[in-house]
Amino acid sequence: MKIALCIKQVPDTTDIRWTENNTIQREGVESVINPYDVYALEFALKLKSLVKSTTITVFTMGPAQAEGMLRRCLALGCDNVVLISDRKFAGADTYATGLTIANAIRAELPDFDMVVCGQFAVDGDTAQTGPNIANFLEIPQVTFVKDFVEFSNDKLFVTREMEDGIETVSVKGAALVCVLKQDFEPQRPKINGIINATKKQIKILTMEDINLTPEKVGLKGSPTMVSKAFRNVSSHKAEKFNLNVDESVDLIENKLKSLEVL
Amino acid sequence: MMDKEYNGILIYAQVTKEDYLHTVFFELVDKAKELAQKLGGVEVNAVIFSKVGLVKNFEESFKNKGLNKVYYFEDERLSTYSNEYYSALLVDLVDLIKPEILLIGATNEGRDLAPRVASALHTGLTADCTGLDINEKGQLAATRPTFGGQLMATILCKTFPQMATVRPNVFKTNPDSNFVDTEFVSCPANINYIEKKVELVKFEKTVENIINELDNAEIIVAGGKGLKNENGVRLLKDFAQGINGTFAATRGLVEMGLAPASVQIGQTGKTVHPRVYIACAISGAIQHTVGMENSDYIIAINNDENAPIFEIADTGIVGDVFEILPKLVERFNKTI
Repeated sequence: MKIALCIKQVPDTTDIRWTENNTIQREGVESVINPYDVYALEFALKLKSLVKSTTITVFTMGPAQAEGMLRRCLALGCDNVVLISDRKFAGADTYATGLTIANAIRAELPDFDMVVCGQFAVDGDTAQTGPNIANFLEIPQVTFVKDFVEFSNDKLFVTREMEDGIETVSVKGAALVCVLKQDFEPQRPKINGIINATKKQIKILTMEDINLTPEKVGLKGSPTMVSKAFRNVSSHKAEKFNLNVDESVDLIENKLKSLEVL
Repeated sequence: MMDKEYNGILIYAQVTKEDYLHTVFFELVDKAKELAQKLGGVEVNAVIFSKVGLVKNFEESFKNKGLNKVYYFEDERLSTYSNEYYSALLVDLVDLIKPEILLIGATNEGRDLAPRVASALHTGLTADCTGLDINEKGQLAATRPTFGGQLMATILCKTFPQMATVRPNVFKTNPDSNFVDTEFVSCPANINYIEKKVELVKFEKTVENIINELDNAEIIVAGGKGLKNENGVRLLKDFAQGINGTFAATRGLVEMGLAPASVQIGQTGKTVHPRVYIACAISGAIQHTVGMENSDYIIAINNDENAPIFEIADTGIVGDVFEILPKLVERFNKTI
């Protein structure tokens, strides 16, 4: 089985900077692997351990600083890593990002059997890129995936966590899965893994390598645009009282009475 | 400039597994009617996929909400949600009727459907909006929290339809008003050509009703980790009972095993907007406050006077919940 694993670096700090185009400034900001993608990686590694001759190719889109994250994936047992990186990709929304990653997968791993993503990225939190990639690759998608159940008769069985319960679904043929965060601790790389990881090459794909043109990528290729970004300001009064216990209780009672909810 | 090839607002009417309309649909309709006014009175229409014969059960609801048209696809193969079928049919419908705005509830189903449809239509989608408006150019201005709620971004879409998803309980519903002559348009489910690859094998229900008491509560009394133990939770629930409030919790309290996940408020839980939200021993992490800051009135009790919850509360009381709650229980269980 050939797995394409899509992961993303997200800013680690609360210090968010915006560019003049009102997109997020990514360069020069400390980054970590998106917490959901950690479990997408675990999901792919689990498949690899259970399904014979499985290889994992990791794809990430972003600036060169993603190298550390990609080396970690290699150290954990992924086989190949691909950095999709081009200045022209800057400012891409989820549509343009989905198209770019889908084209990279087509270029580098055309005979893939499965694409694995995290359900959300904690920075944008849109949950859109996975389904977008699936659409552009013309394969079915399974979102909100909690766990792998089995792989039998060319069918993948997974569980999905929905608002009202747990679904078990089967998927036939190539598909994309979006994986939720799990409760267990993710594994750590072992020493020999780290040593092997340093020997591998990181493949870099630019816009030309994936058969896209400037109007299809980055800000230009994005149907949405941020028109305004602002701090979330509360409309509540923020009055604070330092009273004794009885006065506090009186105050709460009076407020509830004046709000006519009692 | 507004491309008038695209007109009106289309809303996805989600049918739950129990065969009723998801409440988020009604919330979207009322918001859409506001937007339609600002667009000069364009049509507000709905699309629904269901098993054969179900749509007639919703006829009254659709009429009471004042929808202009309901496009319905009835087919046994559509009796449960399928991304493959639903997205293909929705894309076909949009190509045909060309709405300028397409709204979908940000339920798990909606978050599965919307991005697939948006990318197939080569249009933009703004997920999990907390505000929808029409700007001076007649465009949909969709505002959403980003970076875990620290920043708000207003997003415009350069293509049509302009798509957005909205979580349940973010918008309020108005009482049913105008009983209009809704036109029901039966649409053929052209899905024979689709070779369906994903099948639902099993469903294990874990939550009895996804619409729970919290959705309609006037008063919510919520507790955080500062309640420490079962005794703290007991006090809070007694107080809640005394004022006819509904108990809710932060993720922290749920993770301590002191409250069920179904009452969790916040980014990974529910969004609520009661008339009064009383936050007890809740520090006010952004992951929690995004789910409750739209409450009409917020009262907070916390012993840390620098707790961020005080910044978003109307009335903040610096004090120990273990001293204040017993007195509140005494007061309200006596008077009511």
